[in-house]
Amino acid sequence: MSILVIADHDNASLKSGTLNAVSAAKELGGDVVVLVAGSDCGGAANAAAALEGVAKVLKADAPELGHGLAENIAPLVASIAGDYSHLVAAANTFGKNLLPRAAALLDVQQISDVAAIEAPDTFVRPIYAGNALATVKTADAIKLLTIRTTAFEPVAETGGSAAIEDVASTGDVGLSSFVGEELTESERPELTTARVIVSGGRGMQSSDNFAMLDRVADKLGAAVGASRAAVDSGYAPNDYQVGQTGKVVAPDLYIAIGISGAIQHLAGMKDSKVIVAINKDEEAPIFQVADYGLVADLFEAVPELEKELG
Amino acid sequence: MKVLVPIKRVIDANVKVRVKADKSGVETANVKMAMNPFCEIAIEEAVRLKEAGTATEVVAVAAGVKQSQETLRTALAMGADRAILIETDVALEPLGIAKLLKAVTEKEEPGLIILGKQAVDNDNNQTGQMLAALLGWSQATFASKIEPEGDSLSATREVDGGLEKISLKMPAIVTADLRLNTPRYASLPNIMKAKKKPLDAMTPEDLGVDVTPRLTVVQVTEPEGRKAGIKVESIAELVEKLRNEAKVLP
Ligand SMILES: Cc1cc2nc3c(=O)[nH]c(=O)nc-3n(C[C@H](O)[C@H](O)[C@H](O)COP(=O)(O)OP(=O)(O)OC[C@H]3O[C@@H](n4cnc5c(N)ncnc54)[C@H](O)[C@@H]3O)c2cc1C
Ligand SMILES: Nc1ncnc2c1ncn2[C@@H]1O[C@H](COP(=O)(O)O)[C@@H](O)[C@H]1O
Repeated sequence: MSILVIADHDNASLKSGTLNAVSAAKELGGDVVVLVAGSDCGGAANAAAALEGVAKVLKADAPELGHGLAENIAPLVASIAGDYSHLVAAANTFGKNLLPRAAALLDVQQISDVAAIEAPDTFVRPIYAGNALATVKTADAIKLLTIRTTAFEPVAETGGSAAIEDVASTGDVGLSSFVGEELTESERPELTTARVIVSGGRGMQSSDNFAMLDRVADKLGAAVGASRAAVDSGYAPNDYQVGQTGKVVAPDLYIAIGISGAIQHLAGMKDSKVIVAINKDEEAPIFQVADYGLVADLFEAVPELEKELG
Repeated sequence: MKVLVPIKRVIDANVKVRVKADKSGVETANVKMAMNPFCEIAIEEAVRLKEAGTATEVVAVAAGVKQSQETLRTALAMGADRAILIETDVALEPLGIAKLLKAVTEKEEPGLIILGKQAVDNDNNQTGQMLAALLGWSQATFASKIEPEGDSLSATREVDGGLEKISLKMPAIVTADLRLNTPRYASLPNIMKAKKKPLDAMTPEDLGVDVTPRLTVVQVTEPEGRKAGIKVESIAELVEKLRNEAKVLP
C-alpha cells in the first residue's frame, strides 16, 4: 500500500499543513509519497524529501502548476492516482480547492476534514460545526481524504532523505490564470501552528482597537485571530477568521476577547488546550468552554494584560 | 447570460443540533430548516448580476426531499426567476449531487454557476469543485468578489494567507464565501409573487443519474464536551493562574 500526499507549498518551501498531512498518511500505514506540483519548486521538493517518514517525492515542475490552480493540478493528480490506496491533503484552502476536483475526475466520493482514522476505509469527521462526529466507511477503491491539521501532529522537518523523481505536468488546460495576491503581512507566527492565539470579536469595535491585541500578541509570541463578526466588520483581515467556515486551530492557549462564543466560532477553537475568555457579559456562551473567564470591559482588561505581561 | 444557482435545504444554522440516541444521525424531526447560508449568498449574487444587466435569468436548483420546494420558493422570493427540484429521498453525497447538477447544466446551458462554498450540515465543501471537474469548467472557490467581463470572469478568493485574484474563462463555477455580499430578506410582496413563479420537478432517474451513496455512516456520536472552568477576578489573577496552574505562560 502506498499513500500519496499532495503538498501545499509556495514553491520555495512547504506550508505547515503538509507536515500534518504526511503524519496522517503515516498513520494509515504504508509508503508515503509526496507530490510537489509547482513552478521552480525545487526548494519545496527538497523540503518534502527531508520530512520524517517520506519514502519518495514526485516533483512536477512546470509554469502552469505554479499557483496551485486546481484546473491544472487535478488532472495531474488523477493521472497518477492509480498507484495509490489513498490520496491525502490538508483541509486548508489549497486542499479544499483541489482535492474534490481530483475526486470527481476519479469518480470518488472524497471524505473531508478527517479528524481520526479508525481503519484504512473508516474515518471520523466532525459535522454540523462539530456538534456531531460522523464515522463513515467508504467503498471507493482509491480513498481521497482532506485531514484536519489540528488532529494530526506534524512530522519532523528533518530526518528523511527520500529520492526525488520528476513527473511530467499534464499541461495547461487554459481555463484559469493567476492574477495576483494580497497576502496579510505579519511577523507573528502562523495562526494554524501558533502555540498561543489572541483572538478578537465584535466587542473590539474597530480595526484601530485590534492593534491592542497585536501588542498583547507580541508579548506572548502569539498569533492574532478573529471571529467572523470582526472580519465582516472590517476590523481584521479574512485570513484571521477562526471557526466552522474559517480556520481550525488548537493552540496551547486561546484568549478570546469580546467574542460571544457562537457555535460556529467554537467549532474552530474548542480543541485548544487552555481557553481564556474576556467578556463584559457574564452570560456569554464563551464562558461555558473557557478554563479561565474574566468578566470585564476589554478596554480596561486588555491594556492591563499588556502591562501585566511586562 | 443565464445563471444557475444550486441550493441546499439544511437545519437552520441557529438550531442547536442533537445527535439521535440510536447514533444513526442527528435529530431532524420538528427541527427548523432553512436555506444553507452560503446558498443565500449565491442567490443574492446571481440576482445582483441580473439587476446589473449582466445576467438575463436566474435559475435555482435543489436536489433532495420534496420539502426542498420551500427552500426553492425562498430563492424565488429573493429574485430567482425559475426553480428546479430534483426530488429524491436518497441521502445525497456531493459526487451524486454534482452529477445531477451536470445533467441539469447540459439541459439549461448556463454561462455561470454560483454555489455556496460549503453546506453547513455535512461541512463537505466539495460540490462546486466536483461539478467544475465533471463539466471541465474553470472554478473560483471561496469567492469574495466576482466580475464577469465578456468571455472571462475575474474573481477574488479568500485563501489561507489573505486574498488571491484569478481570471477564469467562461463558462465558470463560483463558490461563494461569506464576504461576497450580504443577502437580502425577501419582502412580503415578493414572497407572494414567488408562489406563482415556475417550479419544475424531476427525479434522478429522469436525468439518468445514479446517486447511490458511496459512504456508509457507521455511527454519529456527540463530541466530548468541555467543562466550564473558573472565573477569575482580575488580570493579575488570570496571569498568575496561566503561569503557575495551567503552565502555558513562562
Ligand atoms: C454560515 C455561517 C458561518 C459562520 N462561520 C463562522 C466562523 O467561521 N467563525 C466565527 O467566528 N463565526 C462564524 N459565524 C458567525 C457566528 O454565528 C457569530 O455570529 C459570530 O461568531 C459572532 O462574533 P462575535 O462573537 O465577535 O460577535 P457577537 O456575537 O456580537 O459578540 C460580541 C461579544 O463581545 C462582548 N463585548 C462587547 N463589548 C465588550 C467590551 N467592551 N468588553 C468586553 N466584552 C465586550 C459582548 O458581550 C459579546 O459577547 C458563522 C455564521 C454563519 C451563519
Ligand atoms: N442537495 C443539493 N442540491 C443543490 N445544491 C446543493 C446540494 N448540496 C450542495 N449543494 C450546493 O453545493 C454547495 C456546497 O455544498 P457541500 O459540498 O455539500 O459543502 C452548497 O452551498 C450548494 O450550493
